[in-house]
Amino acid sequence: MGRIVALTGNEAAGTAMIQLRPDVVPAFPITPQTELMHKFADAVADGDVDTEFVLVESEHSAMSAAVGASAAGARVMTATSANGFALMWEVVYIAASNRLPIVMTLVNRALSAPINIHCDHSDSMGGRDTGWIQLHSENSQEVYDNLIQGVKIAENRDVLLPVMVTSDGFILSHTLERMDILNDQQVQSFVGEYNPEHTLLDVDHPVTFGPLDLPDYYFEHKRQQVLAMEQAKRVILEVGREFKKLSGRGYELFEEYQMEGAERAIIALGSTAGTVKEAVDGLRKGGEKVGLIKLRVFRPFPKEELLAALKGVKVLAVFDRSHSFGGFGGPLFTEVRSTLYGSDLSFEVLNYIYGLGGRNLSVEEIEEVFSDLQEVMKMGKVQERINYLGVRG
Amino acid sequence: MSELKGWKEIPIGGLILDAGNAEDYQTGSWRTYRPVWDEGKCIHCLFCWIYCPDSAIMVEGGKMTGIDLDHCKGCGICAQECPPKVKAIEMVLESKLQSEKGE
Repeated sequence: MGRIVALTGNEAAGTAMIQLRPDVVPAFPITPQTELMHKFADAVADGDVDTEFVLVESEHSAMSAAVGASAAGARVMTATSANGFALMWEVVYIAASNRLPIVMTLVNRALSAPINIHCDHSDSMGGRDTGWIQLHSENSQEVYDNLIQGVKIAENRDVLLPVMVTSDGFILSHTLERMDILNDQQVQSFVGEYNPEHTLLDVDHPVTFGPLDLPDYYFEHKRQQVLAMEQAKRVILEVGREFKKLSGRGYELFEEYQMEGAERAIIALGSTAGTVKEAVDGLRKGGEKVGLIKLRVFRPFPKEELLAALKGVKVLAVFDRSHSFGGFGGPLFTEVRSTLYGSDLSFEVLNYIYGLGGRNLSVEEIEEVFSDLQEVMKMGKVQERINYLGVRG
Repeated sequence: MSELKGWKEIPIGGLILDAGNAEDYQTGSWRTYRPVWDEGKCIHCLFCWIYCPDSAIMVEGGKMTGIDLDHCKGCGICAQECPPKVKAIEMVLESKLQSEKGE
């Protein structure tokens, strides 16, 4: 059976990769992802895995090599952060559009400038429309579990899309945590062998990947990607149930924390959800009806499921650890509010932009947000729709 | 080209499953210059056939029989490679040929 260990988020992701034994890993170092690949490269050097580890000259090449290897029929994984992800940009789209089930850890870090190595979600949110599935993680355990499930989700014939698993830079990546890991055999039999239907190396059935696609067919291929994302929701839930049987840890599209009878709620991504839970627990002890929705799957966005979970809520705060400059709030806010519009739910939704460049968010600040929400409920109107939490005046 | 198919009927990701299916896709309309072949001058050395990047030189029994204008993109490599003493292929503006024919 599995073991209880103490690992950082990066070590957790590295451990998952070692157990998953991908055929090819092309990678380029960038803080805070670097030690994740150190861990994996150690295993390659020690002969613990027989992965083809490709040291490339940039992240653009890392994702390009990943695309080539995946089209050739290999199970491929990589990892990056912030500016590294930005440099991959055009190939990130190509991976999704060619329907290649690459799995990548994105150790979240703020994009330059000014240069900053700490956590925010401007990198993963930049990848919002690339066609990648996004699984967000609250802690190292979830980074590990999401990576193992990610491989199985990505390779499902009804999906065939790349999966990004996030890990909040430093907050998770460099923090030691108690966690449970499965044994190698369990991980390998859970994901099984990767047997793609079409590969470049299948010389008896030659195929062409990535040909020119003019106005007569490009749109049809994009429509197929929409369907794959819709189908991914069901597959994510199925894989989550299977993973629960194996590990005892269940995964859905989002986690409802103390949402029973909650009138005031926060919706958040990543490690912040852990801090919100702490605030919720404290306020619940005082009899306050507060709750949290921790979104795990940002793409595909679980619209209908969220509406069902938000029934009974009277006011909602959406936490965004990134901003869409000049837009109407952060990316998660825009998505949530748009989901609510035209539904039979009608309550005020506020946006809190927080934590940019790794700015810490305290339990007390979250309690203040809940008291803001109380005020909105009482007064029946919103003073500030978009709020900047923790920025100095 | 054959009738356009719907998004549920085609392989995902732009995959092409049939080898050599470029033949079904006619690219002759991309041409600005058309190679005009003078059969009388041709010595059938087949240099044009070797160099043509679109396999548009038609050959039967070891002899050139013409140019497949449905696929020739008019790059002019055939005219360039035709030996200097032969010059059996001349590149002529499509627009000129078409206006002469009243097309």
